[in-house]
Amino acid sequence: MEHSSLAGRIFRGVALTLILIFFMFPIVWIFLMSFQTNEQILRIPPRILFEPTFANYEALISGQLRTAAGNLQISFMRNLFNSVVLSSAAVLLALLLGVPAAYAFARFKFRLGESIAFTLLSFRFAPPLLVLLPLSLYYQELGLNDTYFGIVWVYQLIALPLILWIVRGYFEDISPDIEHAYRLAGHSWREAFTRIAVPLAGPGIAAAGLLSFIFCWNNFVFALILASADKQPVTVGALAFVTASGIQYGQIAAAIVLSVTPTLLLALYAQRYLVEGLSLGAVKG
Amino acid sequence: MDMLELRGIDKVYRSRGNAPVHAVRALDMAVEKGEIVALLGSSGCGKTSTLRMIAGFEDVSAGSIALGGRRIHELPPARRKVAMAFEGYSLYPPLTVRENIAFALKSAQLPRAEVTRRVDEIARLVEIEDILDSYPRAISGGQQQRVSLARALVRDADLYLLDEPMGQLEPQLRAVLRGRIKSLLAERGMTAIFVTHDQTEASALADRIAVMEGGVLQQFASEKELKGRPANLFVASFIGEPPMNLLDAGVTRSDGGFRLSVGTDMAFDVNGAGLDSEAASALAGTPQVRIGIRPQKIAVGTGDVRVKVVSNQWLGDQSHVAGDCNGRMLIAVTPGRVAARPGDIVPFALEPRHLHIFGNDGTCIRHAEVS
Repeated sequence: MEHSSLAGRIFRGVALTLILIFFMFPIVWIFLMSFQTNEQILRIPPRILFEPTFANYEALISGQLRTAAGNLQISFMRNLFNSVVLSSAAVLLALLLGVPAAYAFARFKFRLGESIAFTLLSFRFAPPLLVLLPLSLYYQELGLNDTYFGIVWVYQLIALPLILWIVRGYFEDISPDIEHAYRLAGHSWREAFTRIAVPLAGPGIAAAGLLSFIFCWNNFVFALILASADKQPVTVGALAFVTASGIQYGQIAAAIVLSVTPTLLLALYAQRYLVEGLSLGAVKG
Repeated sequence: MDMLELRGIDKVYRSRGNAPVHAVRALDMAVEKGEIVALLGSSGCGKTSTLRMIAGFEDVSAGSIALGGRRIHELPPARRKVAMAFEGYSLYPPLTVRENIAFALKSAQLPRAEVTRRVDEIARLVEIEDILDSYPRAISGGQQQRVSLARALVRDADLYLLDEPMGQLEPQLRAVLRGRIKSLLAERGMTAIFVTHDQTEASALADRIAVMEGGVLQQFASEKELKGRPANLFVASFIGEPPMNLLDAGVTRSDGGFRLSVGTDMAFDVNGAGLDSEAASALAGTPQVRIGIRPQKIAVGTGDVRVKVVSNQWLGDQSHVAGDCNGRMLIAVTPGRVAARPGDIVPFALEPRHLHIFGNDGTCIRHAEVS
């Protein structure tokens, strides 16, 4: 880096700025929109300077959507709560199931092992719509339709393969002899897993957990089909802003800001692990 | 009493799509209490597999292992009372060197003062006192290896398994540590098995050496016996530096014995009186044998085998003279300097009593006389 010429540094700076603007502008714009009324947003040409209003946030938090056609009840806060509950529960369950499974796939060669691991990964290949129709029929039969448990269950399609494959790579990077040494020192196989393997793979597990949390949080179509209003997460809840009297851009923007904030904070906090996890885990060596 | 007894051990690695690998075949071995044993062999000869089966990281495909009278091959590693130093060190990364070494002792709930005392003692022995508070990633490979060694030796175990314990150390330190470890093991009557591919290390540290090749135990004996009475052609050529000279020889009967002729220029008369009946009948039954003679047993400057010198190296305490005798290479080692240049014709003396005779299947028919 120090050896680069002045022109190179300037070029790099310009390129980075362009890319940053390209990716950050929509987010900044949404953020600005969330403090404007619908009229201000739809004004042409749009203005950067405006009188900020908290009406959008107030409407979301109080659950009263005031439109030209009258007052509408919306359950945005409920949706936000659902998102938190569903994503957290799904990731917890996936970690509980996926980490031991990843360990098994990394350490033991067993019949059909690779096939099972690959089948789990293949859940990520298929578009969700492919499995939705049969799933919704099953769910009706099983009574899982419109239950938290049902959605957490179906979120395993998203979270489990991700956790399994990232964490597996991490476990494979740990020398089995470290666990062997621990076991020779008088510890059981289970202790070697919980006390040595899991802590050493910690960053990978954290990264995988965070990634699957984001994917679960952003999921739209599973909850749209399999849950009704009171169980739906924010992604689906945002549909409520498309009203008879028009699209409520201001509230949508505010809703986006509110729903992005938790994952953004989480990602910022765990950024280090995330990059490390993605570069070390999935790609071996 | 035997401390460790391996009976009929077989190890077969099977993996889907590949032919099974027979890593260890019908291994029988008994190690006495307080004995230090080296498993010596080239890479892939089954020595590390054997070690890992004793430690319990690999199942035995067949056979049984007993340690101190307990049948251990079905026990989990934790209950075998075995300590091991791994080839790849395998230190716990989040712990300091001191914590790494003390780990097993703490698990065994020894008093803190006792743990500290023993860690300090073993650290002094392998010269790592000054890095006790470092983390494994901050120290060199050689230091990690010594920590790994210390972690194994500090424990109370029935058996100590050391996998290439000094492979990463510089030669001087290796020689020093060998001596210290040997006296530590002897002083405390510790039973140990270590894996190595270094003959010098095996001879220096071990009471007995098990030579393995192709998963088969070739010979299990003291260094002196391996050198003087190799069981077969493999052991004969594997043990000893430089390796034994090996020649094909035709066998004919002569008065009261046999005549072994190598081409037209060397012939050795083996007196039938010096052979046991088994050896005599073996020689009588084959037209062709391999004969071997240690380079140290070839005298340079006398004798009737004329060789053309290919190289003559003075190593500071001995000369290695390599000579060509009608297309056959002979190496001789003599204690003094030899005044011969490449291309000179020099006489070598090979005495029949120094010959090892091997049958076509590689087993030894007759050993050289011990002198």
